[in-house]
Amino acid sequence: MDPIQATHVEGITQTGGVVEAGGPTTDFEVSLESLNQRQLAWRRFKRNRLALIGSSIFLFMVAVAILGPVLLPYDRLDITAVKKPGGNPPSLESIKTIFGTDNLGRSVLVLTVNGARLSMLIGVMTTIIAVSIGVTIGGIAGFFGGWADGVLMRLVDLVLAVPFLFIVLVAARFFGGGDPIIIILIFGLLAWPGLARLVRAMFLSLREQDFVLAARAVGVSNSRIIFKHMLPNAIGPIVVSASLLVAGTIVLEAFVSFLNFGVRATDVSWGNALSNSQGTLVQGNWWWAFFPGMAIALTVIAINFMGDGMRDALDPYSRGR
Amino acid sequence: MIDPATSSELAAATAPAPEAEEPIVVVENLVKYYPIYGGILRRKIGDVKAVDDVSFEINRGEVFGLVGESGCGKSTLGRTLVRLIPPTSGKATLNGKDIFSRKGDDLKKFRRQMQIIFQDPVGSLNPRMPVSEIIGEGLLAQGDKENGWGNRKVRDKRVGDYLDAVGLRRDYARRYPHEFSGGQRQRIGIARALALAPQIVICDEPVSALDVSIQSQILNLLLDLRAEFDLTYLFVAHNLSVIQYISDRVGVMYLGTMVEVAGVDEIYSNPRHPYTIALLSAVPEPNPRIRKRRIVLKGDVPSPAAPPSGCRFHTRCWLREQLGRPESCETTIPVLREIAGGHRVACHFAETVTPEAAAEAAHIVVPVALAVEGVAAEAPLAAIAGADVEETESDIAETAAASSSATDRGTDSQADGSATSDSGSDASASGSGRPPADNLPN
Amino acid sequence: MACATPSIHTVAGGERVTDTIARPEARAGHTAGPLLDVRDLQVHFHVMDGTVKAVDGVSFSINPGETLGIVGESGCGKSVTALTIMRLLSSPPAEIVDGSEVIFQGRNLLALDDESMRKVRGNDIAMVFQEPMTSLNPVLTIGDQIAEAIQLHLAFSKREAWNKAIESIRQVGINNPERRVKQYPHEMSGGMRQRVMIAMALSCDPDLIIADEPTTALDVTIQAQILDLIRKVQDETGAALMLITHDLGVVAETVHDVVVMYAGRVVERGTVDEVLLAPKHPYTEGLLESTPSKGKRGQRLNVIKGTVANPFNLSPGCNFTPRCPYAFEPCPVHDPRIEDANPPDVACWLYSRAPGQPPPQRQRPILPPLEANR
Repeated sequence: MDPIQATHVEGITQTGGVVEAGGPTTDFEVSLESLNQRQLAWRRFKRNRLALIGSSIFLFMVAVAILGPVLLPYDRLDITAVKKPGGNPPSLESIKTIFGTDNLGRSVLVLTVNGARLSMLIGVMTTIIAVSIGVTIGGIAGFFGGWADGVLMRLVDLVLAVPFLFIVLVAARFFGGGDPIIIILIFGLLAWPGLARLVRAMFLSLREQDFVLAARAVGVSNSRIIFKHMLPNAIGPIVVSASLLVAGTIVLEAFVSFLNFGVRATDVSWGNALSNSQGTLVQGNWWWAFFPGMAIALTVIAINFMGDGMRDALDPYSRGR
Repeated sequence: MIDPATSSELAAATAPAPEAEEPIVVVENLVKYYPIYGGILRRKIGDVKAVDDVSFEINRGEVFGLVGESGCGKSTLGRTLVRLIPPTSGKATLNGKDIFSRKGDDLKKFRRQMQIIFQDPVGSLNPRMPVSEIIGEGLLAQGDKENGWGNRKVRDKRVGDYLDAVGLRRDYARRYPHEFSGGQRQRIGIARALALAPQIVICDEPVSALDVSIQSQILNLLLDLRAEFDLTYLFVAHNLSVIQYISDRVGVMYLGTMVEVAGVDEIYSNPRHPYTIALLSAVPEPNPRIRKRRIVLKGDVPSPAAPPSGCRFHTRCWLREQLGRPESCETTIPVLREIAGGHRVACHFAETVTPEAAAEAAHIVVPVALAVEGVAAEAPLAAIAGADVEETESDIAETAAASSSATDRGTDSQADGSATSDSGSDASASGSGRPPADNLPN
Repeated sequence: MACATPSIHTVAGGERVTDTIARPEARAGHTAGPLLDVRDLQVHFHVMDGTVKAVDGVSFSINPGETLGIVGESGCGKSVTALTIMRLLSSPPAEIVDGSEVIFQGRNLLALDDESMRKVRGNDIAMVFQEPMTSLNPVLTIGDQIAEAIQLHLAFSKREAWNKAIESIRQVGINNPERRVKQYPHEMSGGMRQRVMIAMALSCDPDLIIADEPTTALDVTIQAQILDLIRKVQDETGAALMLITHDLGVVAETVHDVVVMYAGRVVERGTVDEVLLAPKHPYTEGLLESTPSKGKRGQRLNVIKGTVANPFNLSPGCNFTPRCPYAFEPCPVHDPRIEDANPPDVACWLYSRAPGQPPPQRQRPILPPLEANR
């Protein structure tokens, strides 16, 4: 027996979570306060230090995204005099020069703060679209099986066969010239297959669980089974996947905008900022690239920690512990 | 149908099986095959014959025990009857009305009459629903103007009544499954099944996942509920002792077929199918002084995807060996036929099954601790079936209850070495000394 | 001396075989003194909600060649005991409390370093687990798995180890061992896999085999085969056996002595006759009485009321009190320890005098003499 597994003392239910039934279940009465699964998951999440750190950073970024442009609005005409080519290095003269300026004299702080809004918006909206489509398609395929499953999975294969990068790079420019809404739509429409497969797999296995069979046996309708029995028990991996999708999309947007195939030049995003800063980086003007890049890195790390924490909170036995 | 709202305390003990044998469920030629796909083109290359032409009936008010080892199809059979698994072919009726052809609303109404209790206390309750919803969900789904279950108050009261009936507190309705022990979860599952006031309940191994001390609680509960609510049970299990205790009639299944059906006393004292005999002989008895005669079957159970031709059991059958391997075992599928009142066997040579024949096939199992000459059980067939045990059971009861003025144990040293405790002065009561181990009974 | 080696595939048509396993003291060559001596074993688990005393002062011993049955339901600590002997628990969260001793062939296993312990495992003490599927590596052939242990412990060459593996498989009654040895676990049935596990356990000729619920996951006819095999193995190899189970029938057939555990403690011990035919502790009585059988048909089964004690919240006094039909004044207050009883065979105030309490209420039941039984 795996020694790590052996520490799962026979029959002791740790609070929350479902004990894997590998033999007779111990019969004792655990008198906890009556918490439902959600509250128990939240308790577990709170105990995970990395997850809390990640959440704080992420919330901070969200705050920046919301409030930042209000406090430090982007005005393309708001320029500081540029003393050397490549912009001014960071100085403590005023708030706006704390991160330095770009070669046009725009404050990098203002750029970063405003870029947060667009980048994170793209990340979140893309995820919402991808999750909506993915869960619906995966759910139908997993629940009904049969020919519906076959057809929908071929659709998934089709979308996955699309040369993702090519489409993104060309389509973003071609259809709408860098309009963020178009970008969100394209990303979303190409990102859902992963979630669909995940949800389908979960539904396929949940369908055979005894409690679903029991609901069918008493005559519960299909829609209620899907929404009350299967979805709530599949929510864990979906939430984790979604959070990672947000992070992934932020990076993708940066990548695409960096290549100038993303948001248009008149908008400000982290990717945008990085793109334009590439040239002067060689000359030693580090601040223009550093701060937006750092913002991306921090946000992505934060989301990853949060995602890890969520996964452990919702499914504490997945680590084999 | 009895309304639990008017029920008071649980009725005592078990109600005797009804005199009149009135079938409530009749199963005819039920077949369930699972297709196997393989090859590059994923074509069907075979079938897992989970249930293969099974026919029997369940009488009103009785407990029909369905016993067999893993892979015999008993669970599949039960689940097919409640329409959780679609049958491949065959017919089944409840109170004369067909089960398998019902659809839509008709099917939904049918579900009120026939319910199921599952084996796994953990997996059978949705961890994200409180108990009130778990039990009340069926009521909500089946609510109509007549019963008023659509009304929350009515539902809540009914949920409370059934929690009472299964021995749980009413306020447990607010709690979640993970707060309960295995036995309590099973009770919740039972309450869920009973809330719709069914006539017949399929019990799919309801105590197999529970500790022995909890098993007895649940078995008592099931018998009480049968008496109180006028239920009929199809009790599926693999534990022969449990089946023996709770059933009125028993059906034995092997590899998808029903090989023997009889009343419980008959089948345990006078089994006629070679598999049943071997099965019964295999059960270890908790009495270290019983020398059991046991028939040990050769090899493993064949795969249900490739069952043997003719009689499914012929590849492992001791009777076939004794009779010199007659051809019909391999070529012809035996029919479940009646050989005595109510006792049906599916064997071509059931008449030749005698205690002597079985005894010849058995070897004597001597418990490790028993090495005494003269303690032999040259017993007839009954010994294999366990009737011998009954006699000794009463001995156990006497001994255990004895608190007579027996002398305290002294500190005799044992004839043969130390006991398990470290402190050396273990004693055995006089009379149970051990003789030298060289003696062999034969 | 035992008789001819019984074949497991006994079939009508000739051979009636009798198995008789005697107490191995009758054999030559065994030294005195216990093979395994567990003294005051205490294992605590530190989990999120507190500390669980999974094993709370357990002592027992096994002599060479004997069989000890450890009986109890889930949560009583029997598996943890076995894993502790093999040092297979990881601490944290397990903690083996100071003062615990596991003396095997004169050495305290708990004090050994990892390297020495690894030499003991598989070689001197072997373990058979409940779930043969998860205990066998699915990506290695069974020949590989058995040979690996042999090579490791006995320093055989690859070819010699392979041959010995084939021999082990033959010894446990698997036909066509040359072919089977190249198969993977998933190609075999549950009973066959359990035989492979036993073969693996035997391959290095251990002095002690620990079997943790070896037949619980098996069908009853396969269980009969495996029990036969275990008896045969005991007879042929002279290894001692520690059999952990909750099935009293298995215990009755296979062991010499029994230890009954409840909530991490030993509550009763004795020979198998004593414990099963003249049980003393109310828990043992309750277990025997709540086992369903034909004899009890038509009556209510006696139950052990209540549920297993919450290990996080053990009350003072005897752990069994809330479920005990005979509980009286000393029970919720004083903790009965089996070592304090005289003789130390049951931990119950019915048979011992609690401090400041009236004399014990019960006499120990007497075992009926053998001749009286059939």
